[in-house]
Amino acid sequence: MSLLLNIAVDGIAYGMILFMIAVGLSVTMGLMRVVNLAHGGFALIGGALAHWLGRELGLPFVAAAALAIAGTVALAIPLERLVYRRIYGFGELQQVLATIGLTFLMIATVNLWLGSSLLAIPLPEALQRSIDLGFRQLTAHRVTVIVVGLAVILGLWALLDRTRFGIRLRAAVDNRDTASALGIDTGTIYTLTFALGAGLAALGGILGAELLPIDAYYPLRYMVLFLIVVAIGGLGSILGSFAAALAIGLVETASRYLLPDFATIVTFALVILFLALRPQGLLGRAS
Amino acid sequence: MQGLEVRGLSKHFGGLVVSESIDFDLKPGARKALIGPNGAGKSTFANLVTGILSPSGGAIRFDGEDIAGLDEAQRVKRGIAKTFQITTLFPRLTVRENLRLPVLEREGLGRRMFARADSNRAIEDEVAALIDQFDLGPLADRPVLDLAYGQQRLVEMALSLALKPRVLILDEPAAGVPSSETHLIIEAIERLPHDLAVLVIEHDMDLVFRVATSIVVLVQGRILTEGTPQEIATNAQVRELYLGGAHG
Amino acid sequence: MTRPFIPALVMLIAAVAAFFLFPYNLAFLTRILIMIVLVLSLDLVLGFAGIATLGQAAMYGAGAYAAGLFAIHVWADPVAGLLIGALAGGALAALSGAVLMRTQGLTLIMLTIAVAQICAEIANQAREVTGGADGMRGIRPGKVLGLWEFDFIGITGYWYALTIAGLVFAALFVIGRSPFGLSLRGIHESPARMEAIGVSVYRRRLAAYTLGGGIAGIAGALSAQITQLVSLEAFSFTLSAEALIMLILGGTGRLYGAVLGTVIFMAVHHTAAANDPFNWLFVIGALVLAVVFFLPSGIAALPTSLKRLAKGGRHAGS
Repeated sequence: MSLLLNIAVDGIAYGMILFMIAVGLSVTMGLMRVVNLAHGGFALIGGALAHWLGRELGLPFVAAAALAIAGTVALAIPLERLVYRRIYGFGELQQVLATIGLTFLMIATVNLWLGSSLLAIPLPEALQRSIDLGFRQLTAHRVTVIVVGLAVILGLWALLDRTRFGIRLRAAVDNRDTASALGIDTGTIYTLTFALGAGLAALGGILGAELLPIDAYYPLRYMVLFLIVVAIGGLGSILGSFAAALAIGLVETASRYLLPDFATIVTFALVILFLALRPQGLLGRAS
Repeated sequence: MQGLEVRGLSKHFGGLVVSESIDFDLKPGARKALIGPNGAGKSTFANLVTGILSPSGGAIRFDGEDIAGLDEAQRVKRGIAKTFQITTLFPRLTVRENLRLPVLEREGLGRRMFARADSNRAIEDEVAALIDQFDLGPLADRPVLDLAYGQQRLVEMALSLALKPRVLILDEPAAGVPSSETHLIIEAIERLPHDLAVLVIEHDMDLVFRVATSIVVLVQGRILTEGTPQEIATNAQVRELYLGGAHG
Repeated sequence: MTRPFIPALVMLIAAVAAFFLFPYNLAFLTRILIMIVLVLSLDLVLGFAGIATLGQAAMYGAGAYAAGLFAIHVWADPVAGLLIGALAGGALAALSGAVLMRTQGLTLIMLTIAVAQICAEIANQAREVTGGADGMRGIRPGKVLGLWEFDFIGITGYWYALTIAGLVFAALFVIGRSPFGLSLRGIHESPARMEAIGVSVYRRRLAAYTLGGGIAGIAGALSAQITQLVSLEAFSFTLSAEALIMLILGGTGRLYGAVLGTVIFMAVHHTAAANDPFNWLFVIGALVLAVVFFLPSGIAALPTSLKRLAKGGRHAGS
């Protein structure tokens, strides 16, 4: 019983982190049709900034995290305007190559700046505490991650369902040409969406640093993990990404508890099996 | 029965009926046309016959054999071929290579790895004959993407004919071709082998009346009528369909 | 009829000349030859058949581990080891391809990466067999064809690798002009039309992927025999990505583009990465972006592009 609860709490927290990082990837892939292998780089940049602001400048955790996310967004906007915009029209392979190139540049930059060792992000006392549920202890960190993850999905739902931006974004994902024909400024939507995705990735990177430790090679190490969430969830589907991230979080956590040596193998094997049976993912549209 | 025999064919997409109890025959040497307004289900019918779509009900027989359960590749091997409404060629291959591919595959040689693709005399002769038949000689060694659209439509037809089909469905062969070049398409259709059964799906009535000896009119997934060009030209229902609001 | 052979002849002469010009860099030259074999395998899969993959290292690693294990436990004969490597690479490609070739686009790219990562994880876990993260040591290949022993300077290794690379190039050259090669180019250009011609695109792509996997397995086996070491790096994403970059740099679908791209990339790597692997990432990142933005058809297409440009210029002028 206690084991099951451990798996559930850790798995859901892990899934929330995956969701925060991957949701931007899913939406940009669905909207701009760009295969962006460099997306994990934004989680790295967020984590690296938070590490630097916290460790070197001594800012408190929340301030460091907020500034790091803002910094990531500030980097992502010119990157979208100057580089990504040119990539959208390329073929798949060219997109893959260009974003691999960007990934390498991000890794090299972070390394030059902070070195290749682990970039720890110290958690404040409040998050390291345990919360007593009477029958069991939970760390405040896991609870925070789950709460923030839920807040993110609720916030995204409100944004997409309740705002003009959301309506336009959904129209653009459904049909780009119609959206432009209706006078929706797709360029601005692309930039805002990209920035939002990068900011969420930074948030996920910072909050998830305990589960997915930050170092310069972060974007390469976890590239497949983030791509898996998108592929399983279905391109462009936020709800799909959420379900996929939770499922992967639970499966991998469960196999880590039960078959520690084979967690990666089990997870990937299940993913391949799933995609063989349903190539368009959970909520993707068949092409 | 020799040739193609369709009985009670229907196709539903969810609740949407796109083909409803279609009866249709195509005998060797026939020259039939299928016309009808946009959305009448003409392309759906062609895709059902060639196996790109599977029917919701009804029978498709070829030389008496039930072929409804066969996939596209198997029907191609039986001798049913279709051209594409939107030109679908191998753009960066030359005209000759475009035509060599279907001939090699038809002869079952496509998996050979240790012979040159252009070394088989009989195949090269056949490819050359196809190039002559469609007057593509001067363009034979140019990449297809360099050709004018009308010429690409000829390659489109030649590619399907290279499969030596016994039934050939031409899906809007003149679509996108400037009217000054339509005569090239008409001449190419007139030069098709006489024992080949041909079904033309087309909007260009001039072309239809030139090449077809029998015309089938499809409206909302059902056959409205079938007759000779004269009968169709004077049919009041058809005239209303084409001169009335549903033109297109 | 001899013209197509001229680039191949030039490359062969260059390879022989390199042996005499750089006698102290044989290990590096041999490494280039091994990479050429890997990149050629990718050219078959991606350049000819148009299968977008970022996991060619999976088959390379399978070939390397299989050849290493075979040499240690069964028979040290190098040529037999190459065959085992080819079988292992081909078998893995056939097995994974049976699933992968049903997918396309992002899913395909992602799954090819995932397969290589699974292989790395398996090799990592099976420590008793593979040496895990320490790598597999103790590979002592016998004499090549019972005649030439592998020496410390790497003379045998160089000629052995050159022979194999030459044979692979020749085989792919023949296959490229064959009906099978033509059908792969057809699939690359238009899968829908190939289906309409009566070809099972899935099976044809699987055949190409398996063949490419076999050749990648040969490259891995070569590497295991010549360096006498196999490490988890053999399955790494970086290796797959670098092979892809080399191919795109040289130009896809031409074979000699694969050779040219590999040589240039490896030469740049040799000079730029010698001291710091991270600064090397700056170079490679910039290089990739430059190729994608300014040279999308690769270096091998440069003469044709320039010719077209010159022609276009003349047309514009008249």
